[in-house]
Amino acid sequence: MSTRTVSRPRALFDVYRTEARMAVARESQYRMRNVMSLVGFLTEPIVYLAVWTAVANAKGGSVGGYTPGTLAAYFIVWTLVRNMNVVFTPYGFEWRIRSGEMSGRLLRPAHPIHHDLAYFAGWKVVWLAMWLPIAAALVLLFRPVLHPEPLEIAVFAVAIWGAYLVRSLFQWLIGLVTFFTTRVAAIFEIYAVAELMFSGRLVPMSLMPRRVQTVANYLPFKSTFGFPIEALVGQLGTRGLLLGLATQLLWIGVGSGLLALTWRAAVRRYSAVGN
Amino acid sequence: MGEPAVHVAGLRRIFKVPEREAGLGAAMRSLFRRRYREVRAVDGVSFDIEPGEIVGFLGPNGAGKTTTLKMLAGLLHPTGGEVRVLGEIPTRRRREYLQRMSLVMGNRNQLQWDLPAADSFELNRAIYQVPWPEFRRTRDELVDLLDLGGLVTKPVRNLSLGERMKVEIAAALLHRPDMLFLDEPTVGLDITMQKRIRTFIAEYSRRHSASVLLTSHYMADVEALCQRVIVIDHGRILFDGDLSTLVTRFATYKELGVTLAGSGVDLSGYGEVRSRDGDRVTLRVPKAETPTVTARLLADHTLLDLTVEDPPIEDVIELLFAAARPQA
Repeated sequence: MSTRTVSRPRALFDVYRTEARMAVARESQYRMRNVMSLVGFLTEPIVYLAVWTAVANAKGGSVGGYTPGTLAAYFIVWTLVRNMNVVFTPYGFEWRIRSGEMSGRLLRPAHPIHHDLAYFAGWKVVWLAMWLPIAAALVLLFRPVLHPEPLEIAVFAVAIWGAYLVRSLFQWLIGLVTFFTTRVAAIFEIYAVAELMFSGRLVPMSLMPRRVQTVANYLPFKSTFGFPIEALVGQLGTRGLLLGLATQLLWIGVGSGLLALTWRAAVRRYSAVGN
Repeated sequence: MGEPAVHVAGLRRIFKVPEREAGLGAAMRSLFRRRYREVRAVDGVSFDIEPGEIVGFLGPNGAGKTTTLKMLAGLLHPTGGEVRVLGEIPTRRRREYLQRMSLVMGNRNQLQWDLPAADSFELNRAIYQVPWPEFRRTRDELVDLLDLGGLVTKPVRNLSLGERMKVEIAAALLHRPDMLFLDEPTVGLDITMQKRIRTFIAEYSRRHSASVLLTSHYMADVEALCQRVIVIDHGRILFDGDLSTLVTRFATYKELGVTLAGSGVDLSGYGEVRSRDGDRVTLRVPKAETPTVTARLLADHTLLDLTVEDPPIEDVIELLFAAARPQA
C-alpha cells in the first residue's frame, strides 16, 4: 500500500464529489420514481395553499399579512426548499442495520454521514432538473407575488443548504437510536409532527399562535423550512436574514456536537446484526 | 521477531439476548417483565497471526467465528480481552487502521446495486484515498487476476452470484489491505468459481504479504489455502495449529480405498465398510491396525487398486468436536 498524503479536506472533497456524481448517475435511472415522489411532495403544499388562500379570501384578501399572491409564493418556494432538504431518514437506518449494510459503511475509513450528505446533495441535481418545469407550471397556475432583493436571493441560496445540513444532522441523530434499539419509527413520528408544527412547513410561522412561534424560536425546525422560505418571500430585513443564517449555524454546531457524542456511544453499542 | 499482524488475548464477547416462550400469554408477560439470557459468543479466545500468514478459522454455525471477525475488524466492541490488529486497537476505528484492512462478509455490501461496479470501485478509490496511478494499477491487476473482464461495466444487479462475489472481493481489495478478514468468501459459488477465488486469495497474499483470516464451511478452501487452522466451538478454541497436526492428532482411523478384481466380496471383516460403488469399497480402519489390515487385504484378495488416506478434514473436525464435548 502506498502512502496516502492527501490532506483531509481534499480527501473529503474527493469523496463528496465522487459520491454526488454516483447519486446523479443512479437517480437519473429512476426518473419515474423521482417524478412520483415529486408529485407526492407537491400534494402537501398545494393543499395548504388552497386552504390558506380560501382563508385569506374569506378574511377580505389577506391573512396575517399574506395575500393569495404571497401565499402562492411561499408555498411554491416551499416546494423548492422541500426538494432541497430531503435527507436520509431514520427509517433508512432500520433497513441498513437489518440488511447488514450499516456494517459495510462502518468499515470504511470515513464517517458514514459524509456519504449520506454527499449522496443526497447529488440527488438534488436530479430533483432540481425535474422541479423546474413543475415550478413553472405552478407559477402560471397560482400567480405568486415575489420580488426578492439580491441579498435575499444570496441568503436563500446559502440557507437552503443550511436547512439541508440541520435536517440531516437531526434526522441522523434520531437514526442513531437504531444502534440501541434497532427500531426508531415511533421517535421519528414525534419528530415529524414537531417539524410540521414548529418549522413553517404547515403554514407560515407568522400565522401560528404567538406561543407556538415562541417555542419554535428555541427549536431547530424553523431553520429547515420557515427561514429559507421567508428569506426569499418574506420581509425579514438584513438583520433578520443574518440572524437566520447565524441560527442555522448554531443548530449545525449543536447538531454536530450531539451527533459526535451520540456516535461515540452508538458504535460501542452496535451489535452488527444482519450479517 | 516483529509484531504479529493480529494479537488476540482472552477475547470475550457476551450478548444479552431477550427470550420468551411462544404464545400470546408469554408475549403479554414480556411486556412487563422481560427475560434475558447471556450468550457467551466468544469466551476467552487467544491467538496470534503473523504477517503474510493465511489462517483458517473453523467451527460450526454459532461457534463465534463471525463475532470474532467483527471484533477484529472493529465492528463489535469486546466485552473483555485484548485485540491488536496491525498494531492498532480496532474499536478505536482509526482511519489509518480502516485503510489497511478489509472484511468481506457473506452479504456482500461494497457495491452499488444499480450502477456498474466500476463506479463503486471509483468511490472506494476516493474513500480509501488511493492515488490514481496506484488505483488504476491495482484495479487492472484485480480485473486480470479475477478474470473480471467486462463484468465491471455491467450494473451489479445484472451479475450472477459468483460474478458479484468476485467483483465484491475486488472492491474490498482496491486499497490493497494488509489484513484481510474473509467470512465465507466462496459460499454459494460453483466449484470452478470457488477454485478461482481460492487461487486468487493465495496469490493476493503472496504478492502483497497480506495476512488472511478465513472462515469457510468448505474444507476445500481451508485445505487449499491454510497451513494453519484455528478451530472454535461455543466461543472457545479447541485447536490451533497445523492442518497436518490436526489430522495426526484427531484422526483415529484411516480410509482404505479398495478396488477388487471381482465384485460381491464381503470386506466387513477388515474394517467398517463406509461405502461400496461397484468394485470399489471404502473401509474405515483404526490407524494402528492400518498396516496389518492392508497386508491382509493384499494377501487375501486380488486387488486392482488400493489407497490409504487420512479421513476428510470435515470428519477430523467432527472427531475434534466430539472429543471436546462432555460425555453424557
